[in-house]
This record gives sequence, C-alpha cells and structure tokens, in this order.
Amino acid sequence: MTSNSVPTTPARMTNSSGSRGADRLFHLLCLAGALTVGVLLLLVLVELIKGSHLSMAKFGWKFFTSTTWDPNIDEYGALPFIFGTIVTSIIALLIAVPLSVGAAIYLTDLAPMWLRQPLTSIIEMLAAVPSVIWGLWGIFVLVPALRTTVYPALQKSLGFLPFFKGPILGVGILTAGIIVAIMILPIVTSVSREVLRSVPNLQREAAYALGATRWEVTRIAVLSYARRGLFGAAVLGLGRALGETMAVTMVIGNQPNISSSLFSSSDTLASVIANQFPEASGIMLSSLFQLGLVLLGVTILVNIIAQIMIHALTTAETRRVA
Amino acid sequence: MRKFKSLAMNALCIACALLVMLPLVVVLFYLISKGASSINWAFFTSLPHGPNTPGAGMANAIVGTLILLLLASLVGVPAGILGGVYLSEYGGERMNRWIRFWADVLNGVPSIVWGMLAYALVVLPMKGFSAWAGGLALGFIMLPLVLRTTEEVLVLVPRSYREAALALGLPQWKTIMMIVLPTAMRGIITGILLAMGRIAGETAPLLFTALGNDYWNKNLAKPIAALPLQIFKYAISGFDDWHRQAWAGALVLVAMTFCLSLGVRIFSAGRFQKNT
Repeated sequence: MTSNSVPTTPARMTNSSGSRGADRLFHLLCLAGALTVGVLLLLVLVELIKGSHLSMAKFGWKFFTSTTWDPNIDEYGALPFIFGTIVTSIIALLIAVPLSVGAAIYLTDLAPMWLRQPLTSIIEMLAAVPSVIWGLWGIFVLVPALRTTVYPALQKSLGFLPFFKGPILGVGILTAGIIVAIMILPIVTSVSREVLRSVPNLQREAAYALGATRWEVTRIAVLSYARRGLFGAAVLGLGRALGETMAVTMVIGNQPNISSSLFSSSDTLASVIANQFPEASGIMLSSLFQLGLVLLGVTILVNIIAQIMIHALTTAETRRVA
Repeated sequence: MRKFKSLAMNALCIACALLVMLPLVVVLFYLISKGASSINWAFFTSLPHGPNTPGAGMANAIVGTLILLLLASLVGVPAGILGGVYLSEYGGERMNRWIRFWADVLNGVPSIVWGMLAYALVVLPMKGFSAWAGGLALGFIMLPLVLRTTEEVLVLVPRSYREAALALGLPQWKTIMMIVLPTAMRGIITGILLAMGRIAGETAPLLFTALGNDYWNKNLAKPIAALPLQIFKYAISGFDDWHRQAWAGALVLVAMTFCLSLGVRIFSAGRFQKNT
C-alpha cells in the first residue's frame, strides 16, 4: 500500500475558533468508527473465551493433547484438528509459495509492460472466486482426477514413503492442501508483487551495470533485498490457509484422524466448526468455541508477524525515498 | 552458461505465472460447461424443490444473498467510512498506525470466527438463527475492508480543497461532509463494492447464523436462504439433479461477484488515472 499521512493542521485551526459542538460530535463519531476495529477484536476474544468456559473447566490443558473427539461419550480433544490444520497449511504453502513468487517475479521484472496490468487483473479475479465454489469444483473435478490418476501414480513411484501409503479415497489431507494452495495463490502473488515492486530500481540497475544476467539481477539484487517481505507474504498466506473453511470441509473427508498417510481423511479446526457447530450444544458447543478460540489466537499471531515483516520493508523504503 | 541459466529461470517464472492463472481458467470452464445448461427461467423465479422435480430454482437464495449484502452494508459501511474519515482527517500518526495495523489483522481473521461471534451475540440471545445474525457476521468482515479503502481514497483528496473550504469559514465537519467525502465518493463506492464482492460468496459465517431456508423469508428474525449456502447443501447431497443445480448456482454466484468487480473497474477508472 502507499504511505498515507495527511497533515492535521486544519483540524487545529478550526478547533481554536471556539464553540463548535457539531465539530466535536463529528470528531467523536469518527473516532468511534475507527475504534470499532479494536472493539471488534476485543469482543470476539471475550465472546469466544466466554463460550469455551465449560470446555476449559472440564478438560483444562488436556484439551490440547487429547486425540479423542467423541460426542457419544462427551469427550473432546483438539489435537487431531490442530494436526490437520498444520499439515494442510504446510502442503498449501509448499505448493503455493514457489509458484506465487515465480509469478510475482514474472509480473514485476520480466513480463512486457502491456501485459502486466491484464495479468494482475486475472490474478485478482482468481481471488474473487468464493471458497464454496472451489469446494464444488474439488468434489466433482479435482477429487475424481486425483483418485483415478494422480494418487495411484504417486503411490506407485513414491509408495515406499509413509506419506503415500494406505488406501486412496480421493478426499483427504493432501487434496485439502492442494485446494488451499490454489486459494492462497492470489494473495501470496499480489503481496509478493507489491514487495518486489518496492525494491528500488537503482538496485537492479547497479547489478545490470556489473554485467549480471537477467536472472542474476533477480537473484542478487531483487530477491535478496526483498527476502523479508517475501517471507511476510508467505506468512500472510499461512494465515489465510489456517482459516480456510468451506473448500476444505468439502474435500478433506471430515474424520478426526492423525495418520502419517497424506491420502487419509482428516479434519481442520475450521472445518470441524463448520460441520458440527450448527447442531452442537452443551459441552460440545463449548469445545467448538474453544477450537474457534485457538484458530483466532493463531491467526491473529500469524497476521501480526506477517504485517510486521511486510511493512518493515515497505516503510523503510518510503522513508528512504522521502 | 550464465546466459542459459538466466533463460531457464526466466522460463520457470513464466511457467509459474501460467500455473497461477490456470485454476481460474479451469474453474471457469467447468462452471460454464456444467452450470450453463441448468440455468433457465425457473432457476431465477422458483423456490427449491426436492431432487428430480422439474421447475426448481434458487430465487429465494438469490434474493436472500442480496438482503444479506444489504444488512451487512448497514453494519460495515457507516462504521467503516467514519473510521476511514478519522484516519485521514483527524488521527495522529501514532494512533493511525495502530488502527491500520489492527484493521489489517482483523482482515486476516478467518470468516468462520465472525460467524461464531454473531452466533454468540445474536443467535444465542434471540434463541434462533436469523437473517440479522447472518448480516451482522458479514458486516464484521466488511468493516475493516471499507475502513482501509476509504482512508486510502480520502488521502488522495488534495489538501487545498480542505483549506479552501475552511478558509471560507466552513466548520470542519461540514468541510468533510460537503467537500472531502463527495470528492472521494467514487473511490469510496469502489471500496464498498470490493467489500461486497468479497462477502457475497462467504459461506462459513452463514452456516450457523443465517442457516438457510427453502422458502421465502418474510421475517428477518427468521432463517434466510443464501446462494452460497444453497450451493453447499446441494454439492454435498447425493442427488445428481441437485449437483446440476449446485453448478448452476455457482455460475450465478461467480457472475455476481465478477459483476461487482466489473463495477469496481468502472467506478475506479477515474481514480486510477489520478493515481498514476
């Protein structure tokens, strides 16, 4: 984003000219609007903590280490969902980050000028496709294709690894990872592009002047300069991956498993909430609230890290220019 | 050798760019090939029926989504605009940095969490799922988006406009309402449309707030249908007929979100010229 700071001197000028009740009121109204951001964050934290009260009291810290999630005996543990969320997010990042960075390099440094804007618009359109539609496409196109061709081939060639053992269902943790990868491509690409664009041209010109080839310019002058920001883009993608709900619910198989096989069904924090929250009550509802609290806490943390990493670069940059 | 490596890496980047765009092409292809054949007049005018009954549609879901967008805007737009005005017109440097920072963090909170908040705030006290709860959940998502884009366009309004108005003796709130906001109106509407496009397809926060409804909603305190919810329900069902309708619904939903982003392009056309 661009740097934005409008000087506030005009405000001082009018305030000094006395009795302006309406002005004060409007000022406060705007302040209230701005503060809703903080209020919302506090509100959601408070409500989720309140909601998970029962579960916290009953399970305590065991909630995070227990692998049982069984409504029949009213025993709930978060570990299978934490596992599923982490594994799908790692798969998604492994697929999406290299592709996105490559695409971002193409968009900022290699593509002909006239092509850059249209291509960027196409990637923005990709971001506009709703999650539920990726899920629909996943169920009816991706899952059958993976089940019949891709996964058997993987098992044949890499079946000696524990990740590719076991029955092939089509749905499962790897499929969910692939769908999430597709869904975070646009955000990681566009933030990476933003970061690469903030690398000063001087940097590139210097490398060219030393006789570097195009790729050497990218590697030495651009990528090493932007490393931190690109890491931030990946972390931002991680934040999105952790919270992806609908598409994941539709292709992950929804079983609270912990298995070394990437073909097996699993469940994530967000997907189990989506599936079981509407009919839950009592201690189960409370446990789901606690899963939501875990999800909220982790995504807030991840986003804070991402914001710091991305802005550290871009603000340092504007400071240098100014 | 170095030349060759450079060429190879360039080719790799091109391949990456193509791969990033591939899913869009693929999903659009399937939406049109599988969805278009199931779209007919009845789809836009009839209520959902059981599987394999001819003449079924999603009219209530389409209207439901529009109503939810309206309710969400009632929550997200006023607060978002006022907050944006604060950042650009009143706030000090340090305060602004914090608000911007937290707005960006809020943007990253998974949408299903906002559904849980609306559930706790509305569904539990009212003892029932309702359109209000769904609208509120979507409004929460909208607020930080509108706030950030409003601030970004207000900052582009030249300072001399404000100074001229103030010099004429206009109080600051009138300057903002009559000069600053109207000047930036195009950009603000762009931001609102963008935010609407983002929430139009949201499903997760509606699952346990708006819930879905097979009939017309006549009371906003009762459950309401929404296009994404209907698509989800049909997609995970076991009926081929419902699957076909899910594809048709998906095509309509994507058309809606793309129309919103087209609207954005039209509204923002003036702004980007000024920007560059």
